[in-house]
Amino acid sequence: MDRAQVEEKMTELLVNELGIPKDKIAMGASFEADLEVDSLGVVELLMALEDTFGVTIPDEEAESIGTVGQAVDLVLEKLQS
Amino acid sequence: MSRRVVVTGLGTVNPLGHTVDEFWAAALAGTSGVGPITAFDASGFKTRIAAEIHDFDPEVYIERQEARRLDRYDQLFWASSAQAIADAGLSYEEDDPAAYRAGVVVGSGIGGIMAFQDGIDTLRQRGPDRVSPLVITQIISNMAAGLVSIRYNLFGPNSCIVTACAASANAIGDAAEIIKRGAADVMVAGGAEAPIIEFTVAAFAQSRALSTNNDDPAGASRPFDANRDGFVMGEGAATLVLEEREHALARGATIHAEVVGYGMSADGYHITLPRPGGAGAARAMQNALDDAGLGADEIDYINAHGTSTAANDSTETAAIKTVFGDGAYSIPVSSTKSMTGHLLGGAGALESLVCILAIGDGRVPPTINYETPDPECDLDYVPNEARDVRVDRAMTNSFGFGGHNVSLVFARHE
Repeated sequence: MDRAQVEEKMTELLVNELGIPKDKIAMGASFEADLEVDSLGVVELLMALEDTFGVTIPDEEAESIGTVGQAVDLVLEKLQS
Repeated sequence: MSRRVVVTGLGTVNPLGHTVDEFWAAALAGTSGVGPITAFDASGFKTRIAAEIHDFDPEVYIERQEARRLDRYDQLFWASSAQAIADAGLSYEEDDPAAYRAGVVVGSGIGGIMAFQDGIDTLRQRGPDRVSPLVITQIISNMAAGLVSIRYNLFGPNSCIVTACAASANAIGDAAEIIKRGAADVMVAGGAEAPIIEFTVAAFAQSRALSTNNDDPAGASRPFDANRDGFVMGEGAATLVLEEREHALARGATIHAEVVGYGMSADGYHITLPRPGGAGAARAMQNALDDAGLGADEIDYINAHGTSTAANDSTETAAIKTVFGDGAYSIPVSSTKSMTGHLLGGAGALESLVCILAIGDGRVPPTINYETPDPECDLDYVPNEARDVRVDRAMTNSFGFGGHNVSLVFARHE
């Protein structure tokens, strides 16, 4: 899966699983500040990432996810390892 | 001078309508809200019918990102409360000192039971790491009151009553008391239930409380009829905005009615069955009359608990006769559960709404499906057709598993 594909799936997931309006989603968007994803929402996001991409993300690595782009980076890294 | 409590806002979403006006028109027309269960595949269940709300769209009231985080129970209470608050014409900014004098009490029997069922399924099927982080917030019954306070900046008293099928009657009574003792000026009070899921239908059916009249859904809820065979589960919510009378008058609010009496009692008898003879229910009604300072000859309409179970309807009839004597025969008594099904913890609020609308409109809704008289149920149940009645004071009864009995009295405001 290349970056473009991950970005597309990520957008789909944020819209369908978290109910985030599509027009708010950008790679630079902050989950907390721009997308109103609170601490409970982050846990939902992690579960959705793991289910969608078939990866495992330990809690301590999850802390590095601040923006949509950073989530894409982490997923790509996991897919390649 | 003691503080009086009036009703200035009304809202509901229930099987007969998505708004107060839709509901009232359907209730007066004697419409059944009962049908085959569509919420899940009920084949294989003893009971395959319920009073569902069709085409409820939470996003009319709640942004999608928020709505998907809530149990249906919360969505229903949010919707009915949004209507009631709009009807009352109230809104509070976050820095408004009046917001600290406005609160919420919600009543529910089983709250977010749908989330509970789904959460356990996920745990069993997918393991502990797939249980939703939101599931606790979805399950707890009090969350509906929390959500309404968050959305509408209501920073005063906020609580939740869980007394089974008496819950939202208690919520309204307790909210009125909060205003009377001066702890708030405005209280959003009501209840909701969203119980139409596999687990709950199976469990209530096993307790032998549900009608199994699957071949005739519209005729299944038949309170006081000799051929009744249990209640029909319903879903929905109703909310009243209660307000201290001077506060309402000062802002020129439309006053729908006054809350004048609140009575409670415990059967102290059995976990599900009413005490034979209805002494507990009778004491709740008498306590409500006493609280209102009214005599038994001053009630013009009773909205009965009238569940359509063998035990409730005959016992409630006996209790009404205990309190009202021979006068009981001249009071119109109807059970709107014949149309709405039984909203469990939401029933008391919805039926309070019926009393308030009857006072305002001069018509009382019927008990539908009343065909065969039961010698033990011999009152005037307003059979099958609405009736023009001047209602100045109306009583509603709500009784819950555990033996909780609640009666409320509403009066025309003057």
